[in-house]
Amino acid sequence: MASRASTTTERSRSGRARSGTATEPIVSVKNVYKIFGPRPQEALKRIRSGAERSQVSRYGTAAVIDASFDVYPGEIFVVMGLSGSGKSTLIRTLNGLWDATAGSVKVGGVDLAEADKRQLREVRAKRVSMVFQHFALLPHRSNLENAAYPLEIQGVDKAERQRKARQALELVGLKDWVDHYPSELSGGMQQRVGLARALAADTDVLLMDEAFSALDPMIRREMQDQLIDLQQQLGKTIVFITHDLNEAMRIGDRIAIMRNGEIVQIGTAEEILSRPATEYVTKFVADVDKSKVISAGTVARPVRGAIPSTTGPTRARVTMAQEHLSAVYVLDRARHLLGYVIDEEVVAADARGAMTLDGLIHTDAYAVTADTVLSEVLAPSASSRLPLAVVDDDGVMVGVIPRAVLLSSMVPSEAPRTGPIHLPTGPITLPNAEQLEDAARRAGSATDEQEGTSK
Amino acid sequence: MTPDSLPRIPLGEWAERFVDWITGAWSGFFEVVTMILQDCYGALETVLTAPPWWVILLVLVALAFWSKGWKLALGTLIGLAVIAMLEQWENAMATLALVIVAAVISLIVAIPLGIWAAKSSRVSSVVRPVLDFMQTMPAFVYLLPAVLLLSVGPVPGIFATIIFSIAPGVRMTELGIRQVDGEVVEAGQAFGATPGRILRQIQLPLALPTIMAGVNQVIMLTLSMVVIAGLVGADGLGKDVVASLGTLDVALGVEAGLSVVILAMILDRITGGFGARKRRRRAAEPTAAGPAVQAAGATAAAA
Repeated sequence: MASRASTTTERSRSGRARSGTATEPIVSVKNVYKIFGPRPQEALKRIRSGAERSQVSRYGTAAVIDASFDVYPGEIFVVMGLSGSGKSTLIRTLNGLWDATAGSVKVGGVDLAEADKRQLREVRAKRVSMVFQHFALLPHRSNLENAAYPLEIQGVDKAERQRKARQALELVGLKDWVDHYPSELSGGMQQRVGLARALAADTDVLLMDEAFSALDPMIRREMQDQLIDLQQQLGKTIVFITHDLNEAMRIGDRIAIMRNGEIVQIGTAEEILSRPATEYVTKFVADVDKSKVISAGTVARPVRGAIPSTTGPTRARVTMAQEHLSAVYVLDRARHLLGYVIDEEVVAADARGAMTLDGLIHTDAYAVTADTVLSEVLAPSASSRLPLAVVDDDGVMVGVIPRAVLLSSMVPSEAPRTGPIHLPTGPITLPNAEQLEDAARRAGSATDEQEGTSK
Repeated sequence: MTPDSLPRIPLGEWAERFVDWITGAWSGFFEVVTMILQDCYGALETVLTAPPWWVILLVLVALAFWSKGWKLALGTLIGLAVIAMLEQWENAMATLALVIVAAVISLIVAIPLGIWAAKSSRVSSVVRPVLDFMQTMPAFVYLLPAVLLLSVGPVPGIFATIIFSIAPGVRMTELGIRQVDGEVVEAGQAFGATPGRILRQIQLPLALPTIMAGVNQVIMLTLSMVVIAGLVGADGLGKDVVASLGTLDVALGVEAGLSVVILAMILDRITGGFGARKRRRRAAEPTAAGPAVQAAGATAAAA
């Protein structure tokens, strides 16, 4: 089982690599409006010339206002907003279930506004599939037939579509439930069938409309993990709609926050937390557990008092005295972290007249990569006598995190807390013994991970 | 000002002229309709009366068993035996033939119309008042033009019965399809299904229980019309009821009336049973599913 630590790291790495290279977006939304009501064009005209959404309610309801974003291949793009923010309408313009009132939606290069009905069906069958909030399975069909349904629509012959559907069901862990009916499954399992159905369609893009919102919190987490794993395995592009900010932060490579039909900010979880674009976003994110999102690299401070391995005890002693430190990190010529030396040992070695640091370097230093989220930095920081070292992928030391910085970065920036924004969406389930064990295992493997990265 | 001082609307005259015109101009058409209905009814009556009575009885009992099980089968057996012992068997079969012909034609019209109304709000808003009209207009009123157009016998009875009973078939079909979870229909669209495929594979199967409730209602209304059909010379239980009314024959009235009730109950339970029947009965027990659910959850978490 892949631990969260490694997943986060790999994912943000791939995210960074992608933004560096100029990849074509697979979904491209430009200035899209969707207005329902008797006179959408009139409402559109007025909104474009600066009217507020509430001022045009006579002509129609503006569900989506001037939305623009690109989604790149292999990305999990989350659209987050409270109910009524227009996110569900927005996602439905991506496969043409709603046609945009204005603006353009391109999926895999096809402009949905210009596609006729047949082409639109083609796009839906071959390019974009969808997972629904309440699963939307066909109750009169078995799980296998449900998963095979998109292929049936595409005209794939029976043996082939059943083979693919079976594969998809195996992929989501429902191997033993192939011939059962949706009504025999729990909510989480039904949604796995929904996911398998979308995967069986073998489209590049997956739209997920509040896909996990109807599930119990425990199951929801499990599904989020599974989705992330599947995404890495299959490289699908996912547009995920949610009203749950924590979910958005957990799974999204990038997040668009919607309010009253408008996208107020698009960015990575970190960007949104550390640089909220508006007052609204600030309030919204006040409640997020920042330690699970903000990475070590963001709070790291410049390295002070590190010494090259070629220096001797005298220089080490002087540096420590200057910087008021009781220990300093030791780096090689390329600034790779080698370990640290402690004042009393250095002083003793200096007194002995030793010329090198040989035998003085402790190699049990904890170091974390810049991508590690703060919640995983806490434990090593607590047990380290030095400010925690931050290294890049090659082991080059890039900064340190003093404990005080770590603690202050996790305190909400808004002084008075405004209380939780999310209402509980379902009954709270107590974990059963098996799940507790699982959580313990997960925690264990996360610790292993950190020890693995330490030098 | 009294109501008398208002100008009179000669609606009755208009209707009469309209019926006169139809009788003249469309006589050929109605002759064909009469012939077809007559033939259908005749053929079905022959099927029901030609074999020995106990064959039909056994077929009905078997249907009851298939629909709901042995309890209904037993009840059907007893009910039909009572009808036979009241010496109303032949009448009951004639009535059954009439009910079946009227109900089948009713449904052939009602279900597509209901689908159309479900798809188009405009059609729905036109169809609704027409259905109200057909359902609430006293049935005797369209018995008159029916007799004028189609002469006496079972055919005007069938015609009036169809008009009277069509409404719930349309309504329940429309309701059933409109009630189908919008998200499931959306799922069909989202995977690129054509509207026809969505209708066949999603909307109709999911609306089936409601549509079956409509079918049940159509049949019950049909049966309630057979007495009135007796007025215009249709054979069957209705004829005896009407005859008993004319001669104040309480004994015959009760016997024929009771037979109608028994037939109605049997038909209601059998069609109701088909409507409520689970489309699939699965072998898996919930208790057996419990641990397996967790196991599947664990595999998924470990994946």
